[in-house]
Amino acid sequence: MEEFGAPSSLTRRRLLQGGGALVMSFSLLGPARGQGNPDAAAPPPAAPAAPKPPTLPGSLNTNRNLDSWIRIDADGQVTVFTGKAELGQGVKTAILQCAAEELALDPLKLKLVTADTQLSPNEGYTAGSMSMQDSGTAVRNAAAQVRELLIAQAAKQLNVDPSTLHAENGQVLGGPSPLAYGALVAGQNLHVEAQPQSKLTPSASFKVMGKPLGRVDIPTKVTGGLAYVQDLRLDGMLHGRVVRPPSYKATLVDADVDGVGKLPGVVKVVRDGSYLAVIAEGEWQAVKAMRTLARSAKWQEEPSLPDPAHLPDALKSLAAQDGTVADSKTAATGVVKTFEAWYTRPYQMHGSIGPSCAVAQLGADGVMTVYTHTQGVYPDRQAIAQLLGMDQSKVRCIHAEGAGCYGHNGADDAAADAALMARAVPGKPVRVQFMREQEHAWEPYGPGMVTHFKGGLDANGRIVAWDYELWSNSHGARPGSAGALISARYLAKPFQPDEQKLSINPNGSGDRNADPLGYNLPQKHVIWHFIKDQPIRQSSLRALGAYCNVFSMESSVDELARLAGKDQVQFRLEHAADPRGADVIKLAAEKFGWSNWQPSAGHGRGFAFARYKNHACYVAIALEVEVNRDSGAVRLVRANVGIDSGEIVNPDGIRNQTEGGVLQSMSWTLYEAVTFDRTRITSVDWQTYPILRFGAVPDSITVDIIPRPGQPFLGTGEGAQGPTAAALGNAIRDAIGVRLYDLPFRPEKVKAALLAGK
Amino acid sequence: MSITLNVNGEDHSVDADIDTPLLYVLRNDLKLNAAKFGCGLGQCGACTVIVDDRPIFSCLTPISLLQGRKIRTVESLGTPDKPGPLQRAFIDEQAAQCGYCIPGMMMRAQALLERNPHASDAEIRTALEPNLCRCGTHMRIIRAVKRAANAMAGA
Repeated sequence: MEEFGAPSSLTRRRLLQGGGALVMSFSLLGPARGQGNPDAAAPPPAAPAAPKPPTLPGSLNTNRNLDSWIRIDADGQVTVFTGKAELGQGVKTAILQCAAEELALDPLKLKLVTADTQLSPNEGYTAGSMSMQDSGTAVRNAAAQVRELLIAQAAKQLNVDPSTLHAENGQVLGGPSPLAYGALVAGQNLHVEAQPQSKLTPSASFKVMGKPLGRVDIPTKVTGGLAYVQDLRLDGMLHGRVVRPPSYKATLVDADVDGVGKLPGVVKVVRDGSYLAVIAEGEWQAVKAMRTLARSAKWQEEPSLPDPAHLPDALKSLAAQDGTVADSKTAATGVVKTFEAWYTRPYQMHGSIGPSCAVAQLGADGVMTVYTHTQGVYPDRQAIAQLLGMDQSKVRCIHAEGAGCYGHNGADDAAADAALMARAVPGKPVRVQFMREQEHAWEPYGPGMVTHFKGGLDANGRIVAWDYELWSNSHGARPGSAGALISARYLAKPFQPDEQKLSINPNGSGDRNADPLGYNLPQKHVIWHFIKDQPIRQSSLRALGAYCNVFSMESSVDELARLAGKDQVQFRLEHAADPRGADVIKLAAEKFGWSNWQPSAGHGRGFAFARYKNHACYVAIALEVEVNRDSGAVRLVRANVGIDSGEIVNPDGIRNQTEGGVLQSMSWTLYEAVTFDRTRITSVDWQTYPILRFGAVPDSITVDIIPRPGQPFLGTGEGAQGPTAAALGNAIRDAIGVRLYDLPFRPEKVKAALLAGK
Repeated sequence: MSITLNVNGEDHSVDADIDTPLLYVLRNDLKLNAAKFGCGLGQCGACTVIVDDRPIFSCLTPISLLQGRKIRTVESLGTPDKPGPLQRAFIDEQAAQCGYCIPGMMMRAQALLERNPHASDAEIRTALEPNLCRCGTHMRIIRAVKRAANAMAGA
């Protein structure tokens, strides 16, 4: 892997030294700017020059120099830099496709460096389905501008008009003799600010983008190669394990630190306040010592969790502040029929198959190097530096893949634990992996939510009233400060999590997708009852509030269609505010065979639509379920998704992410809820937190993509989560005549609804 | 203490406590990456390897039980340059997202196809039931196993 292979002596600062020929030639095309601080956190400090710098495409706007993204060696080797991280979403492959297309190169001949605080641009988090919009856009534009610089340089050398030249396969052609990229760069780097406009390759001429390209990481993963941070084995590496408290508010009274320190292979027992960890030579020795240490530990516990039997009421009672998400400032008129409902969503887990892991080492130079599967190497570095009381320049975070995270799981916590342990054994690399029960009990969950909908139809069956309220925490509690790291809260000098603040912005958080912009509505009023307290640890889970909001809203739209006596698809088309939304609705319905549906006993069909975040991909889904009336079990039979992700970079990547989104959302929706008593989390393994298994996998999931040549990339990875949940509820309603409002739709709930509905 | 384990056709003398689960020996002593730690409880299958001809949870199986047995991991199926039929099928179907669960899936599938080369869709689903995937790659995993079965039958 490139991330692991980058020599530590290769620093961004060194890469940035140089300049020269290309800078001069670029100055012919436009003004170049001075060097920013490559180690600064995004956004970078404002340029001192008076005129506001032009807005640059994607993350070029915050990392403005071309050599932050593209480097060409004298031998022609091209290296692409991205601040985004591979999470299993295929971003490495898609980024390479963007660079290769614009540089007219074979994508497999490019080198790629991903998130690393010493080498890569600072692109914040790899989250929110933003990687292609941020980094794909930046890399594509930077690559196109580099290509034009190479052509300009060649034209200068050949004394010809640049328009007579073109780039192809590592050379500029069209002159008397081909000129290789490497020779044109002549060892110089591209330290020059990008321009706002790029000469992008038209979609019709694509050779690499828009076409399926095998994921570059898969061959390694299916042959036992070095693919994950879990696979790192540094010389002299020790193994660490933490002993977590039994519950959030527990404090450590006593533990047999000395006794465990004498166990075979144990190098050190770390105790700092209520923080306990053990470091051993062998991994199994560390696990055994961890267990012995845990058995010896005495804790003072304190009940602090909400009453699980009345979670919705508990959440509502915590609400601290109201925020207006949308308000038409008009009154509803002409209402003849109304539908009103409450919906709930429990706390749900990321549930990564591999418990979080990290490797850290405090070097002789005083630099703490942390290999981590964090989604944000720069924010994680900031948090770890604060935790350790070190200067940020003395902490380096390097992304190395972990198991799929789907948001803020235990990755950052593992990085912090590895760093805390590595500090205790200077010079020695320490690998820390959580145990299953630690990942399950301590990861920051997707927050529990409560929503309320009240809507109305006029005499023509059009929606004329839309009133929606949601009760939710913020869905963002990521690092940046040390208090976001779980172990930091248990140290003798603890760090507290940042206070959560209500913020209404276009990306949305708890209120993501709560503004019903997908439909034309004469009146709407949407309120977020923001919950500040966090009785249960929570943060960002794939799609944030959009999962529960789209579930609630699209369940309600389904009922409004029934009230109007209209077909579900037709009703949505009549209200669609955006032709691209209407197009995916029509596509999913057509591919599913919506108009040819033949009802059969126990089977139902459901439909849902949302444009993720109201500004990312458009997703419509039609699906069929089978409900067993005796057991209450729901089976997804088949699903058809229509999606519009803007310009397509890798169609199979879009399909893979979307199929996965449907299945993961189906698992959340049918099975998943974090369980707890008043003191402890009780869902601590896959028995107590069951998820989808192969026996419940549907017969088929088909994803059809609407190509949009020339349009901006639209984030894809989270688009299916909300619509799938709603479509499942709508299909169950169709199958059994009863609607379910409280996630998840476990068999006992379906049976109870059947009994109540009779 | 020292124990001899036959892994991927070769005998290895391993110095480890006899209660050590096979997974830790594969990963740390033999430096084999494929089998993964997922739960340590036999609930997720990420650690699945083949012993003799059966898939087992290597996170639960102590090495004391494995002397004289034939242990196989994904590394025995092929290499990036020369992938075996099952590996080829997973690449061709792009049957991975994060990929962490995939080596366990592959060894369970390999054991299935060795005893039932013409496994049906339903038999593949039943066989893979002990193994969890969180990314939702299930459809592709099933397709990859079927593709491999066809490739092996045609070979």
